[in-house]
Amino acid sequence: MSDTIKIRKGLNIKLAGAPEPRLCDGFQATSYALRPDDFPGLVPRVLVHEGDVVQAGTALFCDKNRPRVLFTSPVSGRVEAVVRGPRRKLLAVVVSGDDRGKSESFPVADPLALSRDEVCDVLLRSGLWPSLIQRPYGIIAQPGDVPRDIFISAFDSAPLAPDHAFVLKDEAADFQAGVHALSRLTSGKVHLGLPAGRPDYAFLGAIQGLTCHYFQGPHPAGNVGIQIHHIAPVNKGEVVWTVHPQEVVLMGRLFLRGVCDFSLLLAVTGAEAPVTPAYYRVIRGSSVRWLTARSADGAPRRYISGNVLTGNRLDADGFLGYYDHQITVLPEGGEPEFLGWMMPGMNKFSFWKMFPAFLMPGKQYRPDTRLNGGHRAFVFSGVYEKVVPMDLLPVHLLKASLAGNVELMEQLGIYEVIEEDLALCEVICPSKMEVQKMLRQGIDLMIREMS
Amino acid sequence: MLMRMKFLRDYLDKAKPHFQKGGKLHVFHSTFDAFETFLFVPAATTPPQGAHFRDAVDMKRSMSVVILALMPALLFGMFNVGYQQMLASGEVRTLLENFMFGLWKVLPLIVVSYVVGLGIEFAVAQVRGHEVNEGFLVTGMLIPLILPVDTPLWMVALATAFSVIFVKEIFGGTGMNIWNPALVTRAFIFFAYPSVISGDSVWVTGLRKGMDTVDGFSGATPLAEATASVTSGLSGSDLLRDLPSMWDMFLGLIPGSVGETSTLCILLGAFVLLFTGVASWKTMLSVFAGGAFMGLIFNLVGGSAYMELPFYYHFVMGGFAFGAVFMATDPVSSAQTETGKWIFGFLVGLLSVLIRVANPAYPEGMMLAILFMNTMVPLIDHYVVHAHIRRRLKRAHVQA
Repeated sequence: MSDTIKIRKGLNIKLAGAPEPRLCDGFQATSYALRPDDFPGLVPRVLVHEGDVVQAGTALFCDKNRPRVLFTSPVSGRVEAVVRGPRRKLLAVVVSGDDRGKSESFPVADPLALSRDEVCDVLLRSGLWPSLIQRPYGIIAQPGDVPRDIFISAFDSAPLAPDHAFVLKDEAADFQAGVHALSRLTSGKVHLGLPAGRPDYAFLGAIQGLTCHYFQGPHPAGNVGIQIHHIAPVNKGEVVWTVHPQEVVLMGRLFLRGVCDFSLLLAVTGAEAPVTPAYYRVIRGSSVRWLTARSADGAPRRYISGNVLTGNRLDADGFLGYYDHQITVLPEGGEPEFLGWMMPGMNKFSFWKMFPAFLMPGKQYRPDTRLNGGHRAFVFSGVYEKVVPMDLLPVHLLKASLAGNVELMEQLGIYEVIEEDLALCEVICPSKMEVQKMLRQGIDLMIREMS
Repeated sequence: MLMRMKFLRDYLDKAKPHFQKGGKLHVFHSTFDAFETFLFVPAATTPPQGAHFRDAVDMKRSMSVVILALMPALLFGMFNVGYQQMLASGEVRTLLENFMFGLWKVLPLIVVSYVVGLGIEFAVAQVRGHEVNEGFLVTGMLIPLILPVDTPLWMVALATAFSVIFVKEIFGGTGMNIWNPALVTRAFIFFAYPSVISGDSVWVTGLRKGMDTVDGFSGATPLAEATASVTSGLSGSDLLRDLPSMWDMFLGLIPGSVGETSTLCILLGAFVLLFTGVASWKTMLSVFAGGAFMGLIFNLVGGSAYMELPFYYHFVMGGFAFGAVFMATDPVSSAQTETGKWIFGFLVGLLSVLIRVANPAYPEGMMLAILFMNTMVPLIDHYVVHAHIRRRLKRAHVQA
């Protein structure tokens, strides 16, 4: 049980603005939104009209191809807008919340006493089903599938990531119930990836019904995909599911209390954040206006729903992404830099020893969003391998993806990876490749060809 | 500094509209772009999805590190051009005078190589609508370093043009080429104009034009002497006596191509490349391993003076070290897989010693060994990738 899996490749990027381990008050939102774009490949069908009164757990839209998969309102209130873009593409369903906290009701039950179908049904109806991610492809799990195993990574190793030991410390009971629910869904085990040498995570190791694995090493050791690869890799024809630990808590809460309570702990991070970098209690899909409106000094900032490696840029009146438990703030852009490629660059972050960054291993960086160079063809080889702790040939996989070679992608392990697993490649690439976009292009093709 | 920077920025911003679509200088937009991005790293930002910040390293930075790594070999090469000429002519000059003498001999080669190569790069970037790639900054510096100092400039121009067009641009530019462009430039001259790049009279400037030399001066490179020993039936100990001392060869005080002679300076460059991670230590190390392996086999078999030559002599003679450090490690034309790099490098080293010793027609085996192995890279990578795929499949069967 206490076998530690050592991850050697990877990179911890130290940025300034890590969240302080305390819960701050004051995050306010009155409108909440669910956006289909948060779910790769989803074709939504809207189930409500503007002005409809909804409760927490009332379905707003469903998956057109799998109508049992519902996307439900995180709060009680009124549908404020059904926002459509060009060609009537659904962009968001916005709900303005009232403070009555009404929720659809679900049976209060010990998930272990329920049948698999009953557990599925509750998760589907409550709108928590989309929290189950299937690997391959990183898309919403198929209700009909029985996954080989379910994997949870208890820790997040990305830059400025929330510390789950803090986030989950008061949620052990809900987490336990969630794990029980998950254990009904798989024919195999529920695996939990824990950080080695962190006694503050021990309470999670004590949860019943889990198989624990300990990981040591730099990011992406906390990525569930990397953990799966080292515990029991996904081969062709196999399906496993992954869940974020905070979602496990939401599931447990649903079964223990019978109501939809989609509140979670959000880490606001980044040295540029207009509030203290710390944890805030918010409800899924909250408007981020409260935060963005505070940028009074006018310095351009980028608000990111998620972390700096994989997140999405937020508009000033944007909403927290469905899967995101973190908002990161970076300085946006900057001036063109005179002979920047030639200058010593004392304050610049770099993986390479071409900048003096390696002389200051403890330094916390405050990078801005500049690309720091132009797009080029692949020139260097063996670079991505240094930050991908898997038996994988990243560049060959990406080239197969660009070429649309389905068979080769399959052979090279497309089933094992999603964007976050190769995100570090994108950061360190001297050719400034958009690695994650290239990978998703291949995954989208796989979904089209294999279904 | 700040003032000048501001002035430049304003100037560029003022000039920019002329080069944009619809402007009267639009045909030169790639050229403008290249100079603008050279002067100012652009402020373009990351896309709204994906990684939101990027490493400070870009292609300009990495390529300038390679140039930096070439500096010791280049500066020493300039000195050595003068020094060799001094030895041949019997003139007496100081160290600095030798350097200045060599500088004026080498500079035209550098200028021609850059002007021709970059000219073509700019033109092609223009036609294709690409940004100008930095790859040629390195190639253009490598070319003069691997040629005899007296190579006629028009040949350098012709060979560079051939190489940039037919070896690089035709395949899609930097990153797409199969062979090392700098080596093809040399190979072009080697096969088209053999008289300027082989023999005993090309390595020291002036000899080909019939300069008077001091008595007993041969001008032959150690490699040529070693090759000649095979036909003349010299014994092993005679050959060792005839060759320059190991120390001289290591320092580089021997005739040869401009930048290839000083193993010491090349090792300084190797340190820069390896420390910064720009070149693969696997490739570099395995080239030396392959050369040592083949050399040791010859040592064991014996039979001629050349075969009995201690294997480490190969490292300091001719272009072996230069090829191992700067040519075999070219990330584009070398193997793309990590296992492939071991195989590629090992065979480069092995073949180059094999060609040197076994084929008297080609005293310098390094160029041909690398070009041949460049050709074999897709094959090596193919097998490495398929071994990887088989391993993945096996994993699936074991699990099932």
